[in-house]
Amino acid sequence: MKKPISKHEYQKMVDKKAPGSHIARNIFAAFITGGIICSIGQVVLMIAENFGADKDTAAAVTSITMIFLGAFLTGINVYDEIAKFGGAGASVPITGFSNSIVSPAMEFKKEGYIMGVGAKMFLIAGPVLVYGIFASVVAGLLYFIWKQVV
Amino acid sequence: MAKRLGSQTVVFDKQPIILSGAAIVGKKEGDGPLARYFDDVVDDEYAGEKTFEAAESRILKDTFSKALEKSGKAAADINVILAGDLLNQSTAASYAFRDANTPFIGLFGACSTMSESLTIGSMLIDGGSADYAVCAASSHFCSAERQFRFPLEYGSQRTPTAQWTVTGSGAVILGKDGQGPRIVCATPGKIIDQGIKDANNMGAAMAPAACDTITSHLKDLGRSADDYDLILTGDLGSFGSSMLNDLMIKNGIDMKNKHKDCGTLIFDLEKQGVNCGGSGCGCSAAVFSTYIMNQFRQGALKRILFIATGALMSPTRSQQGESIPGVAHAVCIEA
Repeated sequence: MKKPISKHEYQKMVDKKAPGSHIARNIFAAFITGGIICSIGQVVLMIAENFGADKDTAAAVTSITMIFLGAFLTGINVYDEIAKFGGAGASVPITGFSNSIVSPAMEFKKEGYIMGVGAKMFLIAGPVLVYGIFASVVAGLLYFIWKQVV
Repeated sequence: MAKRLGSQTVVFDKQPIILSGAAIVGKKEGDGPLARYFDDVVDDEYAGEKTFEAAESRILKDTFSKALEKSGKAAADINVILAGDLLNQSTAASYAFRDANTPFIGLFGACSTMSESLTIGSMLIDGGSADYAVCAASSHFCSAERQFRFPLEYGSQRTPTAQWTVTGSGAVILGKDGQGPRIVCATPGKIIDQGIKDANNMGAAMAPAACDTITSHLKDLGRSADDYDLILTGDLGSFGSSMLNDLMIKNGIDMKNKHKDCGTLIFDLEKQGVNCGGSGCGCSAAVFSTYIMNQFRQGALKRILFIATGALMSPTRSQQGESIPGVAHAVCIEA
């Protein structure tokens, strides 16, 4: 038997041979999926404005509607199929955020409402919330300091 | 008594006989190329139970009953049950057999569990500790997903090297006497860790372990790959299989023409959207217990080497930056 290959050599063998993702196809699918989701959001926004909502109210109505759509499509087992096709195009919009909270809530219902739904609901969205809120605090502080200086 | 040969192979004196094998699988596996060999296909992912974990236990329990029925033995004849699965605390197996009223030895070898149970079962029978033993393993796509990955309805894409956990279980009845293929020797594998950290590339993590066990087995017995009709690995998948063949060639052994993998046999990789193929304890257990046993009955196989491969992956250790150790146990079966 020849001398065993090192971890480094093996990693190189694996990297060289591993099939890569279809980047062009994935980017295209993400563009189409994300584009459709955002277009739906735009239509909701325009309808809300048509009904006489001001800019802030129309934006809130749009967010609420899109979160509902994401939750609904997750509930009827459709959103994961959309994301399987669209990748980041489905997970980056607010509908994807909704999916990331509703899917664990559904999954962990079997473990009860406290230790299941309650404890696991933010399993995926948790880090987004933690660092999202942290980033907004930092941005707020910088804005406050900037205002004092200028 | 068994005899140790070379560095790690055990040759059995009273060769245990595989009296029967049974497998029950889920719907996706039932749509695959091996569908007609399985004893039952459960369309409902809950298998009539309330949770996925209970469903997995139900499938395992029913597979055991089926194997027992086919062997013509009674439950009271069985001296020991050797079974395992992927879940924490191996609950699929322990809950499946909690009413069995038979000594139970729970095993964990990740996806290597089936050949691990065959190895230990053969040792027990050869040594006279048991006359009849059950060797079984199970996995369930949904229970594995929620333990190792994401909630089912969470939208995500799988990387090209990822594999699909098989819903299903396989069980065989081993006996000291009777009709059927014989287990002639076994080579328990060492844990091999070649530094793979990608949990979506289990095939690459397991291939070095399979390579080590097969190489040791052949060396211990002074055999070559040509001495076997088939060298069947557990669930390396298509990518892991190609890594294994590359590693074997580096060891000076060309076994490509003899090699097949349960992970690539159980699904149609082109049509079923499973990327590199099937995985999970149930994958090799179901393929071995039915399809391979059938091939023996048909006379298509005379001697095979069955190597179930396990990625001993823990989400906790992976998150702590650890690599994934692999293990593979080989059993040689003759008609």
